Amino acid sequence: MTVAQAPSTLQRILDYSSRADPYPLYAELRGRPVARQEDGGYVVSTYREISTLLHDPHLSSDAHSLEDPGPALAEFGDPPAFIGLDPPRHDRLRRMAMRHFGPPHSPTLIDDMRPDLTAIVTGLIENLAGRDQIDVVDDFAYPFPVTVICHLLGVPREDEPRFHRWVEAIVALLDFDPAKDPQERLREGVQARKDLRHYLAELLRSRRGRPPGDDLLSRLASDEGPDGRMTDEEIVSTANLLLIAGHETTVNLITNGVLTLLRHPEVLERLRREPEMIIRTVEELLRYEPPVHIIPWRAAYSDLTVAGVTIPKGSRITLMLASGNRDPAYFRDPDRFDPDRRDNRHLGFGSGIHLCFGAPLARLETQIALNGLVRHLKNPRLVADPPPYRQSAVLRGPRHLLVRQG
Amino acid sequence: MSSEQSLKAFRRDGRIVIVGASLAGLRAAEALRDEGFTGALTLIGDEACEPYDRPPLSKQVLTGWVPADGTALPRRREIGAEWLLGVAASGLDLAGKRVRLADGREIPYDRLLITTGVRARSWPDEAEAALDGVFVVRTRDDSGRLRERLDAGPGRVLVIGAGFAGSEIASVCRERGIPVTVAEVAEAPLVGALGSMIGSIAADLQRAHGVDLRCGVRVTRLEGDGRVRRAHFSDGDAIDAEVVVVALGGVRNTEWLRDSGLAADRWGVACDSGCRAFDINGLVTDDVFVAGDVARCPHPVYEYRFLSLEHWANAVEQAQVAAHNMVSPPTDRWPHLSMPTFWSMQFGVNIKSVGVPVMADEIAVTQGSVEERRFVAAYGYRGRVIAAVSFDNAKWLDHYRQLIETAAPFPPSCPTPDRPADMKPVPADFPDPVVITHGATVLVTGHEPSERRVAFVRPGPLKPQEKRS
Amino acid sequence: MRVVVDLARCQGYAQCAFLAPDAFRMQGEEALAFHSSPDDAQRDQVLRAAAACPVQAILVETAEPS
Ligand SMILES: Cc1cc2nc3c(=O)[nH]c(=O)nc-3n(C[C@H](O)[C@H](O)[C@H](O)COP(=O)(O)OP(=O)(O)OC[C@H]3O[C@@H](n4cnc5c(N)ncnc54)[C@H](O)[C@@H]3O)c2cc1C
Ligand code: HEM
Ligand code: SF4
Repeated sequence: MTVAQAPSTLQRILDYSSRADPYPLYAELRGRPVARQEDGGYVVSTYREISTLLHDPHLSSDAHSLEDPGPALAEFGDPPAFIGLDPPRHDRLRRMAMRHFGPPHSPTLIDDMRPDLTAIVTGLIENLAGRDQIDVVDDFAYPFPVTVICHLLGVPREDEPRFHRWVEAIVALLDFDPAKDPQERLREGVQARKDLRHYLAELLRSRRGRPPGDDLLSRLASDEGPDGRMTDEEIVSTANLLLIAGHETTVNLITNGVLTLLRHPEVLERLRREPEMIIRTVEELLRYEPPVHIIPWRAAYSDLTVAGVTIPKGSRITLMLASGNRDPAYFRDPDRFDPDRRDNRHLGFGSGIHLCFGAPLARLETQIALNGLVRHLKNPRLVADPPPYRQSAVLRGPRHLLVRQG
Repeated sequence: MSSEQSLKAFRRDGRIVIVGASLAGLRAAEALRDEGFTGALTLIGDEACEPYDRPPLSKQVLTGWVPADGTALPRRREIGAEWLLGVAASGLDLAGKRVRLADGREIPYDRLLITTGVRARSWPDEAEAALDGVFVVRTRDDSGRLRERLDAGPGRVLVIGAGFAGSEIASVCRERGIPVTVAEVAEAPLVGALGSMIGSIAADLQRAHGVDLRCGVRVTRLEGDGRVRRAHFSDGDAIDAEVVVVALGGVRNTEWLRDSGLAADRWGVACDSGCRAFDINGLVTDDVFVAGDVARCPHPVYEYRFLSLEHWANAVEQAQVAAHNMVSPPTDRWPHLSMPTFWSMQFGVNIKSVGVPVMADEIAVTQGSVEERRFVAAYGYRGRVIAAVSFDNAKWLDHYRQLIETAAPFPPSCPTPDRPADMKPVPADFPDPVVITHGATVLVTGHEPSERRVAFVRPGPLKPQEKRS
Repeated sequence: MRVVVDLARCQGYAQCAFLAPDAFRMQGEEALAFHSSPDDAQRDQVLRAAAACPVQAILVETAEPS
């Protein structure tokens, strides 16, 4: 006889029905900060423990450190980009990519993008004028960061329909969509990864032999820094990572931002009067409604102990970032959206050596996007609350966000 | 009046005097107001300017980026204090509860906080020290004057002493393309603070950046004709130098307390972990508190030894604890238990340490690569981790702080992905090893100053590798 | 404007150096040098930088309270 097991809290979180409001379930999870799961994995849900682990050198991002890697190996492709590597390989590749993105080698690159970002936002907003109803996702929050990352990488914007499908299938690899056969999902994801790699490799080839342009792909291809040169494989993996990460996250932050502001009209009103408040508002959004809810897995490289629990070598560890962000043991009044919050050390971009590479760009994009919208939308109202969400529990955000104006 | 009532009255309209108007003094004043103290607050400082930040004085100011008078500390809040600046405190009447000023005034207090810090140790020969071109770096005027000399492009700078400040100044010289000689009595730079293994790495770093580093030598004489021209070494050599920077560490500003009856000497003012000063009999006082570089305070993790720390973060944290305890009932006192943390920037490398390396008997590289100068090394003392240092690897140090606080075994046994080729512990090898006789082991718990406490643990059996020596 | 960074807390994430490159500079990979009194024209950038620091190590005092 078999007894149907009650689903675990984690399973309930992953279930689509809790997508609109997973926070009560996170609170339930935090009752056991480090919880061993049925399958031998561990779920960590409290702020201090997550933060401790992200600074623990025994925590590995490399799927090979898992006793049973399963599909995790496929998630980051092969060879994995630096998000799926540990030091020293991670540090070296991240350093080499950073040469063309930020300090110390390119300190003003992001700050110099402000006028361009503003121009793109202005263009998108002009298209919204006079319409009674808009979809914040399709009309604004998606096209904006995609345009930016394409430009930055040197990927033709008009190819977007092609790689969009691949990116969706790759992101689905991170997911736990029960409606879909995991084997099929894996197969589709792996194929999409191949296709995207192939596409980027072609692009890279076309860059060679041409005078190096200003885009990241060409610069990676021609650069020879103190760490040497990236192999073509490494360049393709890196471009892959940046394209996906720059694609599927900022859209959620902008959309979550509009949704949250419409739910807090007093903050929206203040923003209209004090545009500078957007800086703190975006930080609070990264805490309160972060785009990345979960780091689906890390591996214990050797036995490690956190909050008194010893996690054996090879175990899979899931870090519930969005739950840590609502931990009352760390944040006062955590379920309140409070842009005036001080000392907001949220986990929206992770922490430690894998802290989001693109964070400064994502921040600037979101600050400019939200301030632009807030200024131009006339009397905006939500059409549906909650809005329909994307499938993913990991990269969580609305699929559409319909707003009426005027 | 009950003690509760008198505390209330004191918090409402008592008088608090802070002597030493720099980092610790300012932060304590702000914390006192945060704590709800509404009485009279007086800050006394012998420097004429408002509190400023010192670490930039050997870094950003000397490179020419930040003006010497542009490092005033930002304020966390209004403090509504009376400032007596440009006048030194010259004495303390403990029984009469008064601070005497150099201009003869007397300032009464109910509670006193001493934050008089440290001054630079000057070159022992007064005539040589007075030569034009001989500098120390402690105040913004020191740094401003030195920077002007560096702007002029001297033919060579001699730095005497390769501790953190001396090494940073040498680094700035190289960054600015100025030839520099560093003279150090010890066998390598930074050995006094970090031991000889790190010292030899620091020596390589300096030489790789073109520093003429001379270790194991003493500067015996500075020669000049009003202006400094030449320096002579104990090994018989001599060099020409237009600028000499004396970086021989600090002297605690306790002379004004000489006859006060407080336990104040060249090591600083001794206090308990709640920052209350001891008198000369070793009795703790109730109304006099100490914080910052001038304080000497026992740390349970380090076997209750009195630590004198010249660390920015220590000044900040100790000021907060002192301020809290000054206006709180005895039942709500906080101990100052934060882990000492120090940073230094030199030759493009971020060097950071946590804990108290000088107590260590062993050191082992635990992560990264010494060759690339990106690594973490842990310090052990009797088989437990008591400190760590990182070169461009600061994101991991929090982990080591926790190892120290939980008395984790040394050497750390579990491998990490970034494990260096050689993790074997070697002797820490400090020039003046600290000898400790008893062996209490404590754990630190809690995160905020208000929560932090220690708990004893029974000393465990020695592990085999600890019997090496 | 006055700025101080608690460099004991700073972990070299360089977020500040991206967002206010005239006031925060990385020296090498991890060491942060900051300007203690940046120009008022940089106010916006400096506030962005301070808000973005993952460990909230940056203290800024502006002329008018922000
Ligand atoms: C060049 C330099 C570089 C540094 N770099 C670093 C670094 O990289 N990392 C780090 O962690 N720390 C560094 N430090 C140390 C750090 O600056 C100190 O730990 C910090 O300033 C201590 O603050 P304090 O308030 O306790 O003492 P101080 O800053 O020394 O202040 C004491 C004040 O009291 C005044 N005073 C003294 N006697 C009297 C009296 N009798 N009456 C009235 N006033 C008096 C003094 O003039 C001074 O203004 C550096 C220090 C210097 C000088
Ligand atoms: C609001 C938008 C974004 C959010 C919330 C976000 C969040 C995150 C998080 C949580 C991580 C840590 C993952 C881990 O620890 O395993 C991460 C890593 C990363 N992000 Fe982002 N991200 C955003 C935007 C971007 C953008 C725009 C880019 C590219 C330009 C980007 C590139 C990366 C990369 C390359 C990594 C891997 C870093 C490493 O492993 O060292 N991200 N991001
Ligand atoms: S953002 Fe914060 S942690 Fe990062 S370098 Fe700047 S001050 Fe340091």
